[in-house]
Amino acid sequence: MTAPLIVFFVLAALAVIGAVSLIFQKHPIHSALSLIVVMIALAGLYLLLGAEFVAAVQIIVYGGAIMVLFVFVIMLLNAGVEEHTSISKMAGPAGLLLVIALAGLVAATIVRSTDSILGTMQTGEMSSPLGVSKTLGISNMIFKDFVYPFELTSFLILVAVLGATVLAQREKS
Amino acid sequence: MVPTNYYVILSAILFGLGVFAFIFKRNIITIFMSIELMLNAVNLAFVAFSQALGKLDGQVFVLFVIVVAAAEAAVGLGIIILIARNRQTLNVERVDLLKL
Repeated sequence: MTAPLIVFFVLAALAVIGAVSLIFQKHPIHSALSLIVVMIALAGLYLLLGAEFVAAVQIIVYGGAIMVLFVFVIMLLNAGVEEHTSISKMAGPAGLLLVIALAGLVAATIVRSTDSILGTMQTGEMSSPLGVSKTLGISNMIFKDFVYPFELTSFLILVAVLGATVLAQREKS
Repeated sequence: MVPTNYYVILSAILFGLGVFAFIFKRNIITIFMSIELMLNAVNLAFVAFSQALGKLDGQVFVLFVIVVAAAEAAVGLGIIILIARNRQTLNVERVDLLKL
């Protein structure tokens, strides 16, 4: 067992444990902290995959900005322990079975098609082994190939900011 | 070198757990967090394939997904605050305005 494989299994176990913890924690703030564990573990996996820039963005934007927003709202609304009715408790085991089937199906399908795609396509290392150049490649793609989608995202964020402001403002009586 | 299949399987497991949290949890904020978990699972698959194919497109897509998730979080949490203010509850079973 090589070192990258060990790191992968540690981080994967951390991510899965965090996701399971998100489901079985009763209080939303504990669920939010579990989700942060998942996101940090995924950032580690991105580093292992050689995607440094995505890993940094994952920690800064997901682990930082978005999760702080969640924790902030949970605190603001003073969310308590969630309550389950008898029907929603019953849905648990049945749902778990269906979800295991779904995950198995998705994984089996993708793995099978991955083998055929990767077999036919020319695989190889990124054009440059240096991390800095990979970030350079990403910025080149964003500002050349994907410049229109990039400009559209700025419009999307503007609309989201306006929407959030309008939704959250108190109505004048 | 970790095989791409391992990442894809982990991604499917995380996505399945996200779906389960989405249908099992009753707190509207936790349901929203499970959507973020599903988005993260898909991002992992994107980056894994990006590395396997030696192309950077997947990583650029992940950045766009993160931007959309941030916008979605802002609007979604605004809606949650509105629901909490109007109905004094975060339990989705009590938010049944559209139910006949």
